[in-house]
Amino acid sequence: MASATDLIANDIQFEWLLRRGDTALVLGHRVSEWCGHSPVLEEDIALANVALDLIGQARMWLSLAGEIEGQGRGENELAYLRDAWDFRNFLLAEQPNGDFGQTLMRQFLIDAYQVPMLEALKGSKDERIAAIAAKAGKEVAYHLDRSADLVIRLGDGTAESHRRMQQALDALWSYTGEMFVSDAVDTAMADAGLAPDPASLKAAWQETVDAVLDQATLTAPEDEFAHTGGLTGRHSEHLGHLLAEMQFLQRAYPGATW
Amino acid sequence: MKKEWPLWEVFIRGQHGLNHRHVGSLHAPDAEMAIKNARDVYTRRKEGVSIWVVPSAQITASDPGAKDALFEPSMDKIYRHPSFYDIPDEVGKM
Repeated sequence: MASATDLIANDIQFEWLLRRGDTALVLGHRVSEWCGHSPVLEEDIALANVALDLIGQARMWLSLAGEIEGQGRGENELAYLRDAWDFRNFLLAEQPNGDFGQTLMRQFLIDAYQVPMLEALKGSKDERIAAIAAKAGKEVAYHLDRSADLVIRLGDGTAESHRRMQQALDALWSYTGEMFVSDAVDTAMADAGLAPDPASLKAAWQETVDAVLDQATLTAPEDEFAHTGGLTGRHSEHLGHLLAEMQFLQRAYPGATW
Repeated sequence: MKKEWPLWEVFIRGQHGLNHRHVGSLHAPDAEMAIKNARDVYTRRKEGVSIWVVPSAQITASDPGAKDALFEPSMDKIYRHPSFYDIPDEVGKM
């Protein structure tokens, strides 16, 4: 079996896997915060489904990360027993839900990235990565279908829904650039044929985003400024609050199971 | 203006089912969203491989009060069941 272990250092792979797993976990938790609070019952269930898909993806990435790290940490230890500075998710994923429009816009902007990322990962030289990508890719294709559809409907909806969607886009736009920044970890993974260079995903993302925003009658800000730091553990204030809630049970009652 | 989304009836064809079966209803602004919502509400546990949605308003129902007149007369006409014939195997599922 062509294992990634043979190709590049474990700590690089571990770091890269945390980026995938933490982004899925943090976004999944954010979406799960809507459970019981969505505007309509049907949307409540749909969002819970998306959250569960993402948490399932996080489990796969973090399990593999723990395996490769080889320090005896599994998905649970990585999810519940790390502090904010050890998380490697995109800053975009941890941004607060805001209103329903902001949640949908955040989802759409990440879905549009995840689709080409997972598509490329299906060709990873590490068959474990390729297998996760194949499973997650089907889920994310539906997420994008749904989030893009809703962004269009609400952007091109009433004056009020249009205003809220434009506001959401303006608020989140500066967090999208981080997804396409390549650092030494990304370069090593790309050189080993394990993962695409994030910069190579920009064109596909841009094409999806442009087409959807155009239909949604929304305008992306011109500003190219990009917040970064998520991939090196420098997070916005929001992640700590999210973890406090997500990790409470394991922190207060270590090892609790049911 | 009516603020509530219209109601849709949902029909799902199961993994091994031959025909779509009514599974419930939901609200959605249009048919496309109704399909998406049906996917999320009614196929979470691998219930199906195909979804139909129909606006509930488009369904014409028989009068529950006319139940006796409509259905009672067939009760004693057992000869209408094809159970008095041997059906050749080649006919397949009827």
